[in-house]
Amino acid sequence: MKKHLLSAADLTRDDAELILETAEELRSLADRPIKKLPALRGRTIVNLFFEDSTRTRISFEAAAKRLSADVINFSAKGSSLSKGESLKDTALTLEAMGADAVVVRHWASGAPHNLANAGWSRSSVINAGDGTHEHPTQALLDAFTMTRHLAPEKGQGLDGRRVAIVGDVLHSRVARSNALLLHTLGAEVTLVAPPTLLPYGVDSWNVQTSYDLDAVLPKTDVVMMLRVQRERMNASYFPSVREYSRRYGLDARRMATLQDHAIVMHPGPMIRGMEITADVADSERSVIVEQVTNGVAVRMAVLYLLLGGAEPAITTGDTVPEPVEGSTGPTTGDGENDA
Amino acid sequence: MTDYLLTGARILGGEPSDILIADGRIASVTDVSTRSNAGDVETIDATGLIALPGLVDLHTHLREPGREDAETVETGTRAAAMGGFTAVHAMANTEPVADTAGVVEQVWRLGREAGYCDVFPVGAVTVGLAGERLAELGAMADSAARVRVFSDDGKCVSDPVLMRRALEYVKAFDGVIAQHPQEPRLTEEAQMNEGELSGRLGLRGWPAVAEEAIIARDCLLAAHVGSRLHVCHVSTAGSVEILRWARTKGWNVTAEVCPHHLLLTDELAATYDPIYKVNPPLRTQADVEAVRAGLADGTLDIVATDHAPHPHEDKDCEWQAAAFGMLGLETALSIVQHTMVDTGLIDWAGVAERMSAVPARIGRLEGHGRPIAEGEPANVVLYDAAATRTIEASEMASLSRNTPYAGMELPGRVVATFLRGKPTVLDGKLT
Repeated sequence: MKKHLLSAADLTRDDAELILETAEELRSLADRPIKKLPALRGRTIVNLFFEDSTRTRISFEAAAKRLSADVINFSAKGSSLSKGESLKDTALTLEAMGADAVVVRHWASGAPHNLANAGWSRSSVINAGDGTHEHPTQALLDAFTMTRHLAPEKGQGLDGRRVAIVGDVLHSRVARSNALLLHTLGAEVTLVAPPTLLPYGVDSWNVQTSYDLDAVLPKTDVVMMLRVQRERMNASYFPSVREYSRRYGLDARRMATLQDHAIVMHPGPMIRGMEITADVADSERSVIVEQVTNGVAVRMAVLYLLLGGAEPAITTGDTVPEPVEGSTGPTTGDGENDA
Repeated sequence: MTDYLLTGARILGGEPSDILIADGRIASVTDVSTRSNAGDVETIDATGLIALPGLVDLHTHLREPGREDAETVETGTRAAAMGGFTAVHAMANTEPVADTAGVVEQVWRLGREAGYCDVFPVGAVTVGLAGERLAELGAMADSAARVRVFSDDGKCVSDPVLMRRALEYVKAFDGVIAQHPQEPRLTEEAQMNEGELSGRLGLRGWPAVAEEAIIARDCLLAAHVGSRLHVCHVSTAGSVEILRWARTKGWNVTAEVCPHHLLLTDELAATYDPIYKVNPPLRTQADVEAVRAGLADGTLDIVATDHAPHPHEDKDCEWQAAAFGMLGLETALSIVQHTMVDTGLIDWAGVAERMSAVPARIGRLEGHGRPIAEGEPANVVLYDAAATRTIEASEMASLSRNTPYAGMELPGRVVATFLRGKPTVLDGKLT
């Protein structure tokens, strides 16, 4: 694994599988009374958020704390219009505090690359969402969730599985990271959106595209709905919320055309009634709440593997980090924790 | 005033000649075999060096007044001299904007005081570059600065009626409108070339059509009203096609290409290093090849630097927050050699046309862009095309450091620059 996690493209298939397997081990902690391992005791992890995202921040915070790391939350709000402290000065400050890893969320695409490559800091940098670029840990937790449902046998992968990602692909960092990671893992991705919300040059991505949700749904194993902001309507990406929902929203009628085993995902936050109806979001096919749970396990795995350095992976069972006194260690996964 | 004898210089890359410079003019050009003791002159051994007429830049940002933290007329003209330039056109997007006779005269006077290079201010087309009403173009034309080139560069004169009026109005004093072709609505918050890469990098795209649509419109407007149009920083293959078509019509349209668009591509944006952020953006390899071909066949008339200095903090940040623009004066000739001469697309006479004679003609400059011949003003560059140098940002004469070529090995080095017989650069150093 590389030192930083900036893009889902940084991950080889081996890297990604190692993270997913490690996350499977660590997920079992969630069901234990004491949810803590000493693996990163004495290490400092900074959550550096230039953009509000309570969900992602608390997910990383929980992950770091369960590994016994010290966590500093640093909210440095500012936009390109109202420039506050520069990214560089913030990075130098964190470097001076001795951060081992910086989890960064930023409004500007590429800001984590700047943080990792500009020579400002020696910490590992984890991209927690940058502009309209990427959100690699979201893609990892999505792949983890898909694997648990569609490939529950150990060693079984997502090869040949079909994933439809539906909605505002143009502005979505989740879609970009998912397209990259799912391709690495052998799945077939179809991006479904009105033509205005597909990026220019999407033909060069390793994905299929479609403007017709109804044609895609019966063939897919996963349907992942993306949030669509109402404001896009004012920029003429689509004529009205009503028309968008009619053509690209997931409702009960459309859900009924899915295969029996197919699952419904959403990275959140949802706009019920826009891209997804409430009955779909709350249905048995929906794994949206489980995605949140899995997010903590996947982020634990990422932090552990990035900061663990040369230590072996914990997938072989006997190399699992020592549990904190008073708790029992995680066991190798046997499916007992399936939601 | 010292007289100089440049011995063995290859004028436009031709056979070795001796060039005698006296009283600010070229006193004689003689074959080296007829060399006689020239008497009381300073002799400069120019054996193996290429002599070119002093270069003329139609597109320079000197930043003064207003952004003296980025560049001043003095530092910018020092950089120009180091690049072999004897004349630069200073763009109007200063603070205050060069939209009155007072501001253009100030810039013109600062250039004269610095003495490294002649400075010809460009006047703004519209008041405050706001694109709403014409600036007092006539007053700037009649001022001591004698403005002939008008541009809102940095912003497009996008209103078609205003553009038409500007084109018509400057006919009264043989002016030219230098258009920054960028359809504003198609490029709102644009960050890089719209292509495969912009989608992947999540950076807002700047589509080629936003440039091409304005160029097509303005060519038609210029033809309709019979005016002179100059197109700034052409960057796309489609623009070259449109201009080639306009040329077949015989319309009075000229165009420039920047050195960076002759060499660099949008792939560099994948580093997210804002040193590569420029407007118009770096395009694709196909565009690079098209603008090279256009410059070779005369569709694009000239090379202009779009030298755009920025202080370090405006580039040492996130891509989206960074300023557009890169330095150009001190590397332009090397980039042109590397991309156009060493590739066999043009010869040194072609370089002199495209970097001196034609830009001087577009700017209606007298005394610049003249051939190296007896009786002409002694604006001469001696250039060592056989040298190679590694570009170091810290060694730039410009006040700013935002060169995209840092660390690159480039061919050629300016050895000496003469402005009306006075050396501004000797032995590769400012005098």
